[in-house]
Amino acid sequence: MNETTLPSQARYTFGGDEHLFVEISEEMSLPAFFKGMAICKALRERAVPGVTEICPANAAYLVRFDPDIVAPEELLSILVELESGLGADDMSMETRIIEIPVLYNDPWTHETLMRFRERHQDPGSTDIEYAARINRFDSVDDFITAHASAPWFVSMVGFVAGLPFLYQMVDRPRQIEVPKYLSPRTDTPKQTLGYGGCFSCVYSVRGAGGYQMFGVTPAPIFDPAQKLSYFKDLMVFFQPGDIVKWKPIDRAEYDRQIAQVEAGDYTLQIKPVSFSLKDFMADPDGYNQELLKVLHGN
Amino acid sequence: MAIEVIKPGLATSVQDAGRPGYYHLGIPLSGALDQESYLLANLLVGNDEGAAVIECTLMGPELRFDAPALIAVTGAQAAVKVNGQEVPGNQSIAVQAGDTLTFGFMKLGARSFIAVAGGIDVPVMLGSRSTYGLGAFGGFEGRKLLAGDKLPVGTPSAHARAGQTAPDVGRPALAKDIPLRVLPGLYFHRLQEASGKRFFEETWTVASEADRIGYRYKGGTALEFLPRTPPFGAGDDPSNIVDAGYPYGSIQVPGGREPIILQRDAVSGGGYATIGAVISADMDRVAQMQPNHKAQFVAVDMAQALAARAERKQRLDAMRAALAP
Repeated sequence: MNETTLPSQARYTFGGDEHLFVEISEEMSLPAFFKGMAICKALRERAVPGVTEICPANAAYLVRFDPDIVAPEELLSILVELESGLGADDMSMETRIIEIPVLYNDPWTHETLMRFRERHQDPGSTDIEYAARINRFDSVDDFITAHASAPWFVSMVGFVAGLPFLYQMVDRPRQIEVPKYLSPRTDTPKQTLGYGGCFSCVYSVRGAGGYQMFGVTPAPIFDPAQKLSYFKDLMVFFQPGDIVKWKPIDRAEYDRQIAQVEAGDYTLQIKPVSFSLKDFMADPDGYNQELLKVLHGN
Repeated sequence: MAIEVIKPGLATSVQDAGRPGYYHLGIPLSGALDQESYLLANLLVGNDEGAAVIECTLMGPELRFDAPALIAVTGAQAAVKVNGQEVPGNQSIAVQAGDTLTFGFMKLGARSFIAVAGGIDVPVMLGSRSTYGLGAFGGFEGRKLLAGDKLPVGTPSAHARAGQTAPDVGRPALAKDIPLRVLPGLYFHRLQEASGKRFFEETWTVASEADRIGYRYKGGTALEFLPRTPPFGAGDDPSNIVDAGYPYGSIQVPGGREPIILQRDAVSGGGYATIGAVISADMDRVAQMQPNHKAQFVAVDMAQALAARAERKQRLDAMRAALAP
């Protein structure tokens, strides 16, 4: 797998007197994401007094702290120490693999994207047609197959409550890349599957957005009322480190699942899984097949 | 008892000290934008420091009390009226059942805080009663207040009493033109040197988009980033980065055009370079800026930021000591 090597040391910089921002790498890669996750995990386990937020992101992480409790330079030296102490074993994690159904080319994002066509690079086609063409796929169906076959890592949760950014677990030549809208829309349907740069996302709430729109999922991913069983512990479903497999569904299946959501008995396919970056890098496609076996229980 | 909203004002919501601990899931800090005024309001009515209050913006609400209550209004400079009669701000005042509270225009400052003894007793969500509008939870039904809302009020403490006044602790005066101290950093190195220097020399004016999500500034020269080959996943514009977390108070410059200070309800991350952050001691002052007010960004180092923080803390402690039961 061709991934460029990471800078030997991350870039440390303070965001005012309450934040320390750490850029693992300027560019996105799985090793950058894993290194950030590993340091965040080690920091959480160390339970440094005065640290109030530990936020892993795609290729960086952010720590919020109270400088009256832990001095900025002291926190900085703890993080540098955690970085230098990382071993190969730290590049693995216990996580979960989740299947998320998607109705690609749905009528709701279609209506929305038509309303905002003047903000798009290619007003003459739809978002998914545009994405398929500039990524040199022969058809939209081929594009959907590529998007939905290999799994994705939740590499960051944020922007708004519970919104996951996802990075596909394939080598760089196979990464799909799509620019954001020329200027952001003022509207995006809830649970839209979006795409910008090399990231997929799922819009957790209705609102503004600049990512291309490919479809919708019937699965709620953010619910302050915590109605479905998978919101039992928290109103936010996704966690950084989750592995996601998209499952294309048709309109009839979408409607059936929406009825289940409304009845309150909707569930998702979720399985615990171990992930090793080293084993993955040795054979990404083979490793992904093993992951999907775990998901489907065979 | 309850407080009935007769008119909601421009942007009025229930807020408290905030909701730390969930930023990694995209749930922002939230809470009163001017924490010093918020603390003072609670101290004046004998509340615990974390009690929820009503935050209002530029145009205050009209509120009616259905039972006797003790209230205090702090923050912006605006006439406070009970049944049309002006009453003092920054002081605890007894109101009677049926009394109506109204406000004049905010002459200076942009936000007032209305504390009531016992606190606004909405449900605690993830450790806080603050409203988070984008997520539609917290506060009163997850939204700004509307006419007809009835806000429940908790039980006052034993030392809630009328006539408590704000101590003179040397709080910075409200003004139309203020310096905002900034620690340069984050992606500041991506700016052209002359552009980064000019950012601190020019005067910036608060634009009309100035709310709980962010404060946009205009009137200065657009910032120029250094040219580069876009890193994989970052996007083509030189102001783009691979999406990452945004510190509270950080300044982002989409497309280099207009700087935006991220406030307590901001998006938790995104793909724009931030060029530094307003120091914690000055965030309350940002919240009191009206559109068209002017700011001069002043570069400071960490030692200066920590000294300013200590000075603010000393002031808050003096307030606590003066109003202790």
